[in-house]
Amino acid sequence: MTPLLVAQIGLTLFVFVMLLNSAAVMVYVERKVAAFLQQRLGPYRVGWQGVLQPLADIVKLMFKEELRPKAADAFLFALAPIIAATCAFAAFAVVPFGAETTFGGWLPEGLRLQVADVNVAILVVFAVASMSVYGIVLAGWSSNSKYSLLGGLRSSAQMISYELSYGLALAGVLIIGNSLSLTDIVNRQAGTWLGFIPKWFVFLQPIGFLIYMTAGIAETNRAPFDFPEAEQELVAGYHTEYSSMSFAMFFLAEYVNMVTVSAVATDLFLGGWHGPFLPESLGWIWFLVKVGAILFFYVWMRWTLPRYRYDQLMRFGWKVLLPVAVINLLVTAAGVLYFEL
Amino acid sequence: MAFYVFAVIAVVASVLVIAQRNPIYSVLLLIASFGALSGLYVLLEAPFVAVIQIIVYAGAIMVLFLFVVMLLNAPHEETDYDERIHAYEAERGAGVPAERVRGAGAPGVNKVPMRFGGFLAAALAVELVWVLTKGGESGAFPSGAISSVKTIGQLLFTDYAFAFEVTSVLILVAMVGAVVLARRES
Amino acid sequence: MLSAYVPIAIFIVVATGFALFTLVVSGLLHSEKYNKVKLEPYECGIEPTTDARDRYSIRYYLVAMLFVIFDVETVFMFPWAVIFDKLLLFGLIEMLVFIFILVVGYYYAWQKGALEWA
Repeated sequence: MTPLLVAQIGLTLFVFVMLLNSAAVMVYVERKVAAFLQQRLGPYRVGWQGVLQPLADIVKLMFKEELRPKAADAFLFALAPIIAATCAFAAFAVVPFGAETTFGGWLPEGLRLQVADVNVAILVVFAVASMSVYGIVLAGWSSNSKYSLLGGLRSSAQMISYELSYGLALAGVLIIGNSLSLTDIVNRQAGTWLGFIPKWFVFLQPIGFLIYMTAGIAETNRAPFDFPEAEQELVAGYHTEYSSMSFAMFFLAEYVNMVTVSAVATDLFLGGWHGPFLPESLGWIWFLVKVGAILFFYVWMRWTLPRYRYDQLMRFGWKVLLPVAVINLLVTAAGVLYFEL
Repeated sequence: MAFYVFAVIAVVASVLVIAQRNPIYSVLLLIASFGALSGLYVLLEAPFVAVIQIIVYAGAIMVLFLFVVMLLNAPHEETDYDERIHAYEAERGAGVPAERVRGAGAPGVNKVPMRFGGFLAAALAVELVWVLTKGGESGAFPSGAISSVKTIGQLLFTDYAFAFEVTSVLILVAMVGAVVLARRES
Repeated sequence: MLSAYVPIAIFIVVATGFALFTLVVSGLLHSEKYNKVKLEPYECGIEPTTDARDRYSIRYYLVAMLFVIFDVETVFMFPWAVIFDKLLLFGLIEMLVFIFILVVGYYYAWQKGALEWA
């Protein structure tokens, strides 16, 4: 066991635990921000300012009775939350979150702060996003409940509709990045224009960034596209029949997906770990700040915007977002050609 | 080692696809089989093909399959509700449904598809023998760099540019076909 | 090169293992008191009369079909975008022709109302 291998395994487990933690933190942040926006206090009894509230939630969910409708398909019913959670975690494996480091000379060679450095990273993100449909559609179908089935179908149709724009927004970055590796793309964004504008791709791809974020929010089933939560029409959508930890798995998957979408957005559009003031080895702090800002934006959106109606959602996805994404791609290509970037 | 793991998963999952009574499970096993195939592509140092296998086959075409299976409501015979109905009908002396559920293999009904299936199986067997005997000759298997995304793109968009453009016509036909099939009522 | 993919596999195994472990542990912890009504699917207090797995709108099928088609199109965009710096004008014209043919189909689907939900 070389030190590098140990460090790699340690890093893999560390990333996993941090993702779990980030979901817990997001549960707390969401409730606190919601309370702030609605002039309430939010959770404040469990621990200082309610910081232990997520822990209390998990303990509560652990001891809850697990219910499964009698006519449900037992195997698929149990499998669906596992698929949802696994897909949520898998995408983060290719996301880099810091520059190469030796931990102050402890390692003989540099270790990339990333679980797996593959040269098709962006496609892996897209592939995992396309697989996460199954957790939802199977949850909806296996429950054998009308609300679950309708909710699952709607959510999956929504996800596949917005996946196209998601993929096309990724392709827009590839034209200026010339690589499928996220590490390469982040490194292309180092430095500044005119000494003060950071060379982030968001300035070259403003429309692409908007498309990416819109499609990302729809992919993660968040407001204003949060159809599983349209309780007036679908109760709780695909997870109507889920309780206890199985429900918690869907909850976890939603938050981890949000973190992944934000992390990929940071790497693609916001310069990853590059930023002023801090040395390269502390770049991950910039990364966390940027991801945190996007996550806050997520929560802010949820408590500000009303929910779309389903036909509006589908029309927007197919008739507005998709053509705009294609045009953005072609204009980007033409721009690269014209300005010889 | 990894090859055998993926190969065994792919073969076993594929065999189980046709051994399932519930088509939803068949779809899922097919996805598992595609996943294992994708692993094999990674072992062949063709990560682009591996990822495309997941995106297009496992992530798009199988979603369509799953929707179709759910749309046709094919596994209906498996559910409790249906069994209750059949039990009820049997009580009333109808007696037929129980037979009808298992009727797939009934004589005289499926002769043409069965013959066609037999023909296909024979053709596949011949093909397999041909590949296994001839396969050794194509020794110059391009490895490494040739399968990188940039090389694929370079070839596809220069040497095979015409094929690429024709693909769009194919996609156009598929699109029109889908719309016509699904919108017949209007 | 190959070893780069091993951590992804490890990560997936860890995630699946975690999900399984948590579900099993929770299954050991909680109490179970079931009765017939509790195990019925939720239907806002009304007794469920039919099976949920009924036939549903063909629009979902249409969306899935169009998704497959556009997904194939999107997949072509990736290698094109990555080597656009080498293809330049030829690549742009090539993609314009490709997309123009698709736009014909897209326009047809739009006119036929296939992109409309209601």
